[in-house]
Amino acid sequence: MSNIAITDSGPSTAAKPLLTRLGAGFVSRLVIIVPYLWLLFFFFIPFIIVFKISLSQSAIAMPPYTPVLDFTDGISGFFAGFRDLNFDNYVWLTQDALYFKAYVTSVIIAAVSTILTLLVGFPIAYGMARAPATIRPTLLMLVILPFWTSFLIRVYAWIGILKPEGLLNQLLLSLHVINQPLIILNTYTAIFIGIVYSYLPFMVLPLYSSLEKMDYSLIEAAKDLGCPPTAAFWKITFPLSLPGVIAGCLLVFIPAVGEFVIPDLLGGSQTLMIGKTLWNEFFANRDWPVSSAVAVILLLLLIVPIMLFQQAQARAQEQDK
Amino acid sequence: MKSLGSIRRDFAPWNDPNAKPYIQFENVTKKFGDFTAVNNLSLTIFEREFFALLGASGCGKSTLLRMLAGFEEPTAGRILLDGQDLRGIPPYRRPVNMMFQSYALFPHMTVEKNIAFGLKQEGMPAPDIEKRVAEMLKLVKLEQFAKRKPHQLSGGQRQRVALARSVAKRPKVLLLDEPLGALDKKLREETQFELMDLQQNLGLTFVVVTHDQEEAMTMADRIAIIDKGEVMQVATPAEVYEAPTSRFVAHFVGNVNMFEGKVAERAANTTRITGATGAQIVVENSTDSKAGSDIVFAIRPEKIKVTSKKPADAVNALEGEVYDVAYLGDMTVYHIRLDDGQMIRASALNAARVTEDPLTWNDRAWVSFRPDAGVVLTR
Repeated sequence: MSNIAITDSGPSTAAKPLLTRLGAGFVSRLVIIVPYLWLLFFFFIPFIIVFKISLSQSAIAMPPYTPVLDFTDGISGFFAGFRDLNFDNYVWLTQDALYFKAYVTSVIIAAVSTILTLLVGFPIAYGMARAPATIRPTLLMLVILPFWTSFLIRVYAWIGILKPEGLLNQLLLSLHVINQPLIILNTYTAIFIGIVYSYLPFMVLPLYSSLEKMDYSLIEAAKDLGCPPTAAFWKITFPLSLPGVIAGCLLVFIPAVGEFVIPDLLGGSQTLMIGKTLWNEFFANRDWPVSSAVAVILLLLLIVPIMLFQQAQARAQEQDK
Repeated sequence: MKSLGSIRRDFAPWNDPNAKPYIQFENVTKKFGDFTAVNNLSLTIFEREFFALLGASGCGKSTLLRMLAGFEEPTAGRILLDGQDLRGIPPYRRPVNMMFQSYALFPHMTVEKNIAFGLKQEGMPAPDIEKRVAEMLKLVKLEQFAKRKPHQLSGGQRQRVALARSVAKRPKVLLLDEPLGALDKKLREETQFELMDLQQNLGLTFVVVTHDQEEAMTMADRIAIIDKGEVMQVATPAEVYEAPTSRFVAHFVGNVNMFEGKVAERAANTTRITGATGAQIVVENSTDSKAGSDIVFAIRPEKIKVTSKKPADAVNALEGEVYDVAYLGDMTVYHIRLDDGQMIRASALNAARVTEDPLTWNDRAWVSFRPDAGVVLTR
């Protein structure tokens, strides 16, 4: 009896895992395919289009560039258009110092703002992570709260605060801290303030998540082994929060390089940033090919260091295993 | 010579009135808000002693350890180490090291960097650090794991790294917070003996916090039983087991049977107790209880003999019925319901492979014990 039962159940138990394995493989592949399709349609294809436009020449037409690759002249006409594509716009970018300066200024401003955001954000994240567990969700909510108001309105509000007759100057004047209004609006200082303010949550959230995971007994262990609090911070807390520091810095630095709204509203006309240059090429000069070239260079400028960094990190992780 | 337990102790500074105490808790109180974790507690620990703080979770034993390490300051009272008041000295300046319950190994450092951490803080020259780290790795038998990171080690290996790191600085006192709590039973038993050897070899003072009575009994020279922030008893493992001073301690350590009753008659060497239901037992004098006062006789299961017939020479013999039997291999545990309703737990060592007096469920049985087999408790 029992023998029969065993041989009976044999094939079905062998077949079942295979089927479930196939099913699981299909589902997990589907899960990966969806984001890749998304990236393909909404990032890669638009990028190819932008790249193609950057190789075209501007023209007074609709759309404002030639050649337009389409099938009005058949398939041969589509491929004939490729012959008119060239890198002239990229050469042009190297000939006018304006672009180089704009890139460099943007990277410097973004880097300085990132460091400032880190300096402001770290104590906030640390305080949140060490706060009693019951009030942490509230603190987290408060960090996210500004997102509920339009970004543009919040940046406009800073004009009201920073302008010569604005709230900040009125306060300082009435307190007799200063007797001349400070000129902050339309300077780089205003841009720094704007970027730090706007991007702070992007710094605080990843920092918070890595600090919150940290076991506080590690700090106690460091102290127990003779490490004063500040040294314990640099030897234990900071290295362990490094993934959060890096994620936060990338989340602030990358969008800050191409930032347009903040320099335009708070930085005035003298400040030179690549986002504004791009906007001017596009909307003031209506030179789509040059502005596309500017955009492509900006993308490369950001993507190359990130990829290098990710590779280094993957290698470090590999070594750990 | 009569002695409690089976071990003769040569190391017993607590019995020497001239011995200098090493760690002293003097009327220490610690409050967290309204909660009193430690209540007016005094305790003395001697140099080279293996001292255990035993209690249920939340009894305040960890708080005592953390106050010694410097992570908490007493609300009142003082703690002295080698005669020096520790108040106000931060943890990083105290000559004590702690092994954390979670091990608290630095996850971003290798095993050897973890062990070297405290030595580097001390400013020890690099070659000396290297030598000491190698020595520590050898001590805990982890030489080939020096370059690994904590997450690449097993639980037992992590425990050893934590131990090596905490003794690397040769502290005056090593504090161990549930050092074996995260290990499985077999490894725990092995490690208990290793810890004892280590303490002997290094000649350190160990203060260990544990909720595991077996662990405390195995390792410690003396045990302090803590309840609700107060010391219930401080004594050697044998004294705690054989001569508990309160019902709490008798119940907390091991199994115990309690006979509640009143002092009926007090003779020269013995006291006759009348139980609530009229059963009479005779026990050795150990208190100055007056006739008529309430009293408890506490007796361990293995001190009670179970037989099918009334033993002829027994001073104390009570009749009942076998309610339950559990054969555990090395011994057999009987639950006997006495005729007055009280349940008695008795255990018999299976010293021979065969027994001439087998008992089973619902058999009539007699429990008997000597007058000096248990202790009389008044509190």
